[in-house]
Amino acid sequence: MKNYKKDFPIFQKNKSLVYLDSAATSQKPKFVLDSIIEYYETYNANVRRGLYPIAEKATAKVEEVRKQVARFINAKDPSEIIFVRNATEGINLVAYSLSNDLQKGDVVVSTIMEHHSNFVPWQQLAKIKGAKFEVIDIDKNFQFSISNFQSNPNIKNAKILTITHVSNVLGTINPIREIIKNLKSSIINHKSPVVLVDAAQSIPHMKVDVQDIGCDFLVFSGHKTMASTGIGVLYGKKELLEKMQPFLYGGDMIKEVGIEKTTFADVPYKFEAGTPDIAGIVSLGAAIEYLNKIGMDTIRNHELGIMNYGLERIRKIEGITIYGPQNVADRGGVISFNIHGIHAHDVAQVLGDMGICIRAGHHCAMPLHKRLGISSSVRASFYLYNDEADVDKFIEGIKKAKKIFT
Amino acid sequence: MDAQTLYREEILEHYRNPQNFGKPKNFDVSSKQSNPFCGDEIEIFVKFVSKSEGAKLDHLEGVSFEGKGCAVSMAAASMLTEQVKGKTKKELTKFSEQDMLGLLGIEVSETRKKCALLSLSVLRDCLGSV
Repeated sequence: MKNYKKDFPIFQKNKSLVYLDSAATSQKPKFVLDSIIEYYETYNANVRRGLYPIAEKATAKVEEVRKQVARFINAKDPSEIIFVRNATEGINLVAYSLSNDLQKGDVVVSTIMEHHSNFVPWQQLAKIKGAKFEVIDIDKNFQFSISNFQSNPNIKNAKILTITHVSNVLGTINPIREIIKNLKSSIINHKSPVVLVDAAQSIPHMKVDVQDIGCDFLVFSGHKTMASTGIGVLYGKKELLEKMQPFLYGGDMIKEVGIEKTTFADVPYKFEAGTPDIAGIVSLGAAIEYLNKIGMDTIRNHELGIMNYGLERIRKIEGITIYGPQNVADRGGVISFNIHGIHAHDVAQVLGDMGICIRAGHHCAMPLHKRLGISSSVRASFYLYNDEADVDKFIEGIKKAKKIFT
Repeated sequence: MDAQTLYREEILEHYRNPQNFGKPKNFDVSSKQSNPFCGDEIEIFVKFVSKSEGAKLDHLEGVSFEGKGCAVSMAAASMLTEQVKGKTKKELTKFSEQDMLGLLGIEVSETRKKCALLSLSVLRDCLGSV
C-alpha cells in the first residue's frame, strides 16, 4: 500500500494521529495549502474588477478552476459550474430558486438516506408551497432498487427528485443513473422532474460524470475534497440555470442597475453575488489537480482495499452491528456501527483519547437513524491517506472500549 | 483527561447497575428531556411527602428514573437520584450544576457537559412543576 500520508503536513506534525472522519471533512495536502499561500502572497486581488496584472491573474485563475471543475465532473460547459460555500448552500440555492415553479399538490421526492442538508430544505419548501413530500425507503440491505421508487403511488407526479449519491452513514452507493433514467421515462402527467444529486460523499472518492448520470443539478463541498473550508460547487444544466431566479442579490451578479430596475448577469455570475472565496477556489483547483495526478480510480481502489480489510476485522468482533450493504463494492469508504451495550459516544470518547478520530451521533441523518431504530451510531470513514495500520489502531480502540464497558 | 479517568470505576458501576432505575407505581410528578446531540433521554419520577402534620409536601420521598444514554448521563442520573432522596425542595434549589459535576467527580469536556447535566435539568423541571 502506497504511503500518501507524507503529502499531508498534519500527519507529519502529529505522527500518532489516526484520522477516520473524512466523511466530515478531509485533511489537506501540502500542495493545496501551498496554493493558498501562493495566492495571498503573490496575486491577492479581487476578481472581475481590477485592470492591473494581479487582478487579471486572480480573475483568470478563478475561471481556470471553473474549467477544471467542469472537466472533473464532465459538465458540458464551464458556465454550468457555480461557486458556492458548500453543498448545503448549493441545495438551498436550487430549492429557493425552484420555489416559483412549485404549486400546491405538486410532489417533491426525497429519500430516507439523506443528510439533513438534502432533506430539510425540500421538506420546508414543500411545506411552504403546500406540496407533497415523499420519502423513499431503503430495503433490507440498506439500498434502493428501482422498485422502491416505482411502488410509490405519487412518483408519477414528481416535480423534483433529490437524492444522495453515497450515504454519509451507510456508505451505500446509489444507482442514481438507473434511478434517474427510470424516473424520467416513467413520468406521464407532465414534463420530467428536475433531479438534484448530493455528491458530497462521492466526488472526493470516485469518478463522477454528470452527463452520464443524467442529473439536472449536482452539489459537492470543497472541504471534503481536500480543498479549504468555505468553497463548494453547484453544477446545473445551463438551460435550467438560465431560467432560474437568482438566490442572492448584490454586486458581481448584475449587468445594469437603475433606480427602477436591474438586469442580471448571465450564468454562472447571476448566482455568484459578492466577492467569492477566491482562496477557496484556488485551493479547489489545486485539490483537483492533486486528485487527478493520483487518479480517481486509484483512490477508489485504495479505499476498497481498506474497506475490505476493515470490514473483515470489525465483523470478527462480538456484539457489533454494522449498518450498510454487505457487499464492499456497493459502498463508499464508510463503516457505521454500534457495539452491543455501549453508547456510541462512549466508544468515540475512548477512541478519541487514544488519538483516533471517529464520529458518534446521528451524523446529520436523524430520519435514517430513526428508520434503523437507533438514536446514534459510531462512524469511521476512510480516505486516500488512511492505511491498514490506521484500521489496526481503530480495532484496538474498539476492543479497549469493550473492555472498559462490559 | 483520558478514558480511564473519565470512566472511573464508580461511574462504570452506576452505569452497569443504575440505582433507582424504573418507573414507580406511585409518583407525584415526572418530567422527560432528551439531548438532541446524542439522543440521550431521561425521565425522572418524584414522590413527595410532608414530614410533619400540616407541613407542605416538600420532602422528596422517592426519586427514580428511566431512560437510555451514554455512561456519563446514566451514571449522573443514578448518582443524582441517590443524592437527592429525602432532601427538601428548598435544599435542592441550592444544588448547582457545579455540585452535579462534583458528584460525578470527573472533569468533563464541554461536549460531554450536556450528558453530565441532563438529569439535573430534568429534576429541576420536576421540582418547578409542583
